[in-house]
Amino acid sequence: MNAAELRGVSYVYSEHTPFCKVAVNHIDISFEEKCVTGIIGHTGSGKSTVSQLLNGLLKPSEGVVEIDGKNIWAEPKKIRNVRFSVGLVFQYPEYQLFEETCYKDIAFGPKNMGLDEKEIDERVREAAALVGLSEELFEKSPFDLSGGQKRRVAIAGVMAMRPKILILDEPAAGLDPRGRDEILSKIVEYREKTDSTVIMISHSMEDMAVYCDKILVMSDSKPYMYGAPAEVFSRATDLEAVGLSVPQVTKMMLALKDKGFAIRTDVYTVDAAKAEIERLLQTI
Amino acid sequence: MFKDITLGQYFPGNSFLHKLDPRMKLVLAVFYIVLIFLAKSAPAYALVFLFTVLLIAVSGISFITVLKSLKPIFLVLIFTTLINIFWNNGTTVLFEWKFIVITLEGIIRAITMALRIILLMVSTSVILMYTTSPIALTDGLEQLLSPLAKIKIPVHTFAMMMTMALRFIPTLLEETQKIINAQKARGADFDSGNIITKAKALIPVLIPLLISQFRRAEELATAMECRCYRGGGGRTRMTILHFSVRDFISAGLVLALFAGILLLNFYFPALIK
Repeated sequence: MNAAELRGVSYVYSEHTPFCKVAVNHIDISFEEKCVTGIIGHTGSGKSTVSQLLNGLLKPSEGVVEIDGKNIWAEPKKIRNVRFSVGLVFQYPEYQLFEETCYKDIAFGPKNMGLDEKEIDERVREAAALVGLSEELFEKSPFDLSGGQKRRVAIAGVMAMRPKILILDEPAAGLDPRGRDEILSKIVEYREKTDSTVIMISHSMEDMAVYCDKILVMSDSKPYMYGAPAEVFSRATDLEAVGLSVPQVTKMMLALKDKGFAIRTDVYTVDAAKAEIERLLQTI
Repeated sequence: MFKDITLGQYFPGNSFLHKLDPRMKLVLAVFYIVLIFLAKSAPAYALVFLFTVLLIAVSGISFITVLKSLKPIFLVLIFTTLINIFWNNGTTVLFEWKFIVITLEGIIRAITMALRIILLMVSTSVILMYTTSPIALTDGLEQLLSPLAKIKIPVHTFAMMMTMALRFIPTLLEETQKIINAQKARGADFDSGNIITKAKALIPVLIPLLISQFRRAEELATAMECRCYRGGGGRTRMTILHFSVRDFISAGLVLALFAGILLLNFYFPALIK
């Protein structure tokens, strides 16, 4: 079953002006339910546009966007409800924080949904726990937190709406390696705990390889490849043709193979590479 | 939401107008504004109107874009037109009902006034804003005003402030749009409710925006200091402005237009007494 589907969707920015730019061009993609799908591609390949099309922030110039089999633009007045069920976390979401306390900021989304106090409280605590934010920080100003904590508050603010589909644009951008791993594993945990669908935009092949079930490669406003990480990364030359590449460990395995070692090259995480190299060492 | 704001926006191009020296453009734009006010008779108005249309055509900017740039002054236009139609003590009465009196003079006055505002807006935006990059514009302004530095007016500092302000208008709009989108994604509603609810709905946008502007200002200041910026003294320029034949031709054209308007005013009756 598909959680979200784009059919024949195009989007043109600043139509009819000298700045007119086609961001996505007649694309058909379906995002599988209960999957972590990664979207990867160059700057300007249309990744972010796809994410905003999915939650109705942008209205397609052409084509149909379906969530759970329903055209989201069938009733334009109810588009706000779509935004509650398709949560979108923008790039650098900490720049959207505005409330006096973290608690209030996380509660902003649920409050907009018109929920009652008790329900809001429950959701705020749940979302904070999901991103690993301790309740001691609730009464602190979000502006007093560290970068990584701010990011967690912002992501919790979207999770608190309990979206069926959670879309994140570069959730780990600008964080240190430990912060990256923490945030990304919390997101995957969110998917497991809430039985939802996650779509994640990233520039990092390494992150994609570790955390995603499926990868969508975009190039030139169109989907270029779509499949399981193993499938996508087995086509190293095709990826290089659009200026992307395979994870660094895979590159290393390919180089080892070139040197004449009988090593597998369908390895794209550090752990798998370690196991494979150990296996190879034992055979020598 | 902000897609239609074209004020202070530059459209890159390669037209005759784009290539003019910004200093000449600034002077001619001021002169052109004076010309618009000088035109009194119908043929003189027609001449200025045609010349402005010609300017737009030469600039290579689409007429639709130019018309869209009038959107912000739409209310002003309607207001002036209505006032001129209904509050006028002309003599040729066309329509009368109770206290409403519409005279021919009133209508003529309304049309000329509206046309004057439109011409002002269009000519300055086409000549200056749309065809001159902000950097060229402030460069031109700085050089035109440089004599004032002799009487201790910090011309360079003002020019630099203006460059930065102009430079960051698009960035600010883009950022506002981003924050609006982020809050919309969290269900913020900017369109419904009365004026107080609407104003309150802007808080989630204004606070992050203010904070990011302070951060940006701080970063910019640091970046400038890192490159040893310390005001205008002793700075040289990468591009030095030169007047070319093109600039003198355009000055000649505007002078010819000036003469034309004076002549037409002399031989034809004025529209507004």
